[in-house]
Amino acid sequence: MKILRDLFKDYRFTFAFAVLVVILILALLSFFSPYDPTLWHVVPRDLKPSTDHILGTDSNGQDVFWQATFAVRNSLIISLISGLVSRVIAILVGMIAGYKGGTVDRVLMFISDSLLVIPLFLIMVMLAMMVRAHMNLIVLGLMLSVFGWAWDARLIRSVVLSLREREFTKTAMLSGTGTIELVLKEYTPFTMPLIFSTLINNMSWAIGLEMTLAILGLVNLNIPTLGTMLNWAIAYHAILLERWWWILTPVILSLFMFIALYWLSVSISEYLDPRTRIQRVGE
Amino acid sequence: MHEGKTMTFVKRYLIPRLIQYVLVIWVGITVVFFIPRLTPNDPVMRMVDQMRARGSTLEPGSMDGIINDLTVMYGLEGSWTNQYVTFWGKLIHGDLGVSFFQFPAPVTDLISTALPWTLGLLLTTTAISWIFGNIIGGIAGYYTRSNWSRTLDAVAMVIRPLPYYIFAFMLLLLFAYHWRWFPVTGGASLGALPQFTWPYIQDVLRHSFLPGLSLAVLGMAVNFQIMKLLVQNVNAEDYVQYARLGGVTDTRIVSKYVIRNALLPQITGLALSFGQLFSGALITEIVYGYPGVGMLLYRAIINGDYNLIMGITILSIFGITTAMLIVDLAYPLLDPRVRYT
Repeated sequence: MKILRDLFKDYRFTFAFAVLVVILILALLSFFSPYDPTLWHVVPRDLKPSTDHILGTDSNGQDVFWQATFAVRNSLIISLISGLVSRVIAILVGMIAGYKGGTVDRVLMFISDSLLVIPLFLIMVMLAMMVRAHMNLIVLGLMLSVFGWAWDARLIRSVVLSLREREFTKTAMLSGTGTIELVLKEYTPFTMPLIFSTLINNMSWAIGLEMTLAILGLVNLNIPTLGTMLNWAIAYHAILLERWWWILTPVILSLFMFIALYWLSVSISEYLDPRTRIQRVGE
Repeated sequence: MHEGKTMTFVKRYLIPRLIQYVLVIWVGITVVFFIPRLTPNDPVMRMVDQMRARGSTLEPGSMDGIINDLTVMYGLEGSWTNQYVTFWGKLIHGDLGVSFFQFPAPVTDLISTALPWTLGLLLTTTAISWIFGNIIGGIAGYYTRSNWSRTLDAVAMVIRPLPYYIFAFMLLLLFAYHWRWFPVTGGASLGALPQFTWPYIQDVLRHSFLPGLSLAVLGMAVNFQIMKLLVQNVNAEDYVQYARLGGVTDTRIVSKYVIRNALLPQITGLALSFGQLFSGALITEIVYGYPGVGMLLYRAIINGDYNLIMGITILSIFGITTAMLIVDLAYPLLDPRVRYT
């Protein structure tokens, strides 16, 4: 509890926490939606916000507010799949490369370097075009996770490299601890903060990339996400026709989401890194 | 450099770096080669379906011919090994095939028309954001406790996490639709002929201002934050404290000691971010309808022009890795510590 109290002293953490709670509530509200998000023309079209439809309705005849709850939920699902699966890859690659060293390290780091250099956005576009017919939340999440681990694996590797030189590694090895047990039991606590902050960053990246792919029409447009909502709004010229309630809903929701996720990651990693914590207290 | 030192530089630095360069290109292009072949979708049948959907009715016989022609054009005939060899053979001769939505324009022609726009946008904004982001970040890092430094820090904290698409889109909504200060789309006014006159240049600048601003501000926020952190660390070094105690002026410490030393990792950082910057430029172009490679990509996606997308991807892999190689090779010239070890 003391940790939480300390964290809430950072205005960024407080803000991020509040926004993410609201986002989560929105996502959960989708389960109580009176409308099916895949059906069109369930409400009158293009209504301004009113007491019946608090965020108005769109040109597909859908309620913007309830559509947004599904969009938030689905965007979160994609980013969670991407974040968690790519964490598994990043941890495995980073720990094996850092601990084994030698040829294994060089090969693994070469793969991750290649992924960093290649313009991933274009590769994603190619892949998405090819699997467009089979595209859904899970396929998209997995696609993002296959490409989103390279930088984080490098970070984890550098931590493991420094841990390997520490005294306790030798003690553990001499007392007969197996490699896997050593890495899992002894190294995980040191890498946990890093894994957590990269998880949040990866989630934010996944939401952003999903939106970009959706604007290009490369995802299944019948599944509401923040990206597909924006795509429909642009396709129906919501900007020119001044249907601001429609275009601004996904824009502002995603804006808050990106800032909140980033601030959460920054405030927690600053808190966990004692050097910056001292700097802040010293101010 | 002495003979021996040159040799160690070549052996330890140059040759491994060149091998890596070739390998990365090979891996990247091999991935590009395999994606359409490993995915369940057949590009030839998709093309045929599209033609049917557009209402072209053909006799069964000529349909077979078309399928055959398309298979050849996509380089999909024979075994994978054969296809792979043909693919590289064409690539080495600079042949990226023909576009389908602007048939029969070669992909390379289309890209070379669009490329100057993208390069102009990308190089200007990268230079601006790197130089100014680092200078401002450096000074802000030296005077961490001042109010303006904290304000800038807060602004960067808001801008930094925004993806290219969202940031560009917000600027477009505000400055082009809401306040109408800038044109909504395009790289120049409709019907304006490209020529070297002041009105035309002015027109182009007015159209590229918002895309440029989006890229420059986002890039500046990143460079600002990293540089500020780097400088804060250099600040704590003994030699800086010593210079300060010795009465060296702040301006001199910042410009000669602090920023210079913190700048070196930023050069490596710049090289590493080329891929991201390029993708960012493509996305920003799409938002503003700016007539560069990004817009070409957008039209290729809309029309299902697979050859064109592949061509753009292959060329950008070449371009980005080459740019990184150049920065990496120039690095020893800038950092004497690397040069002499």
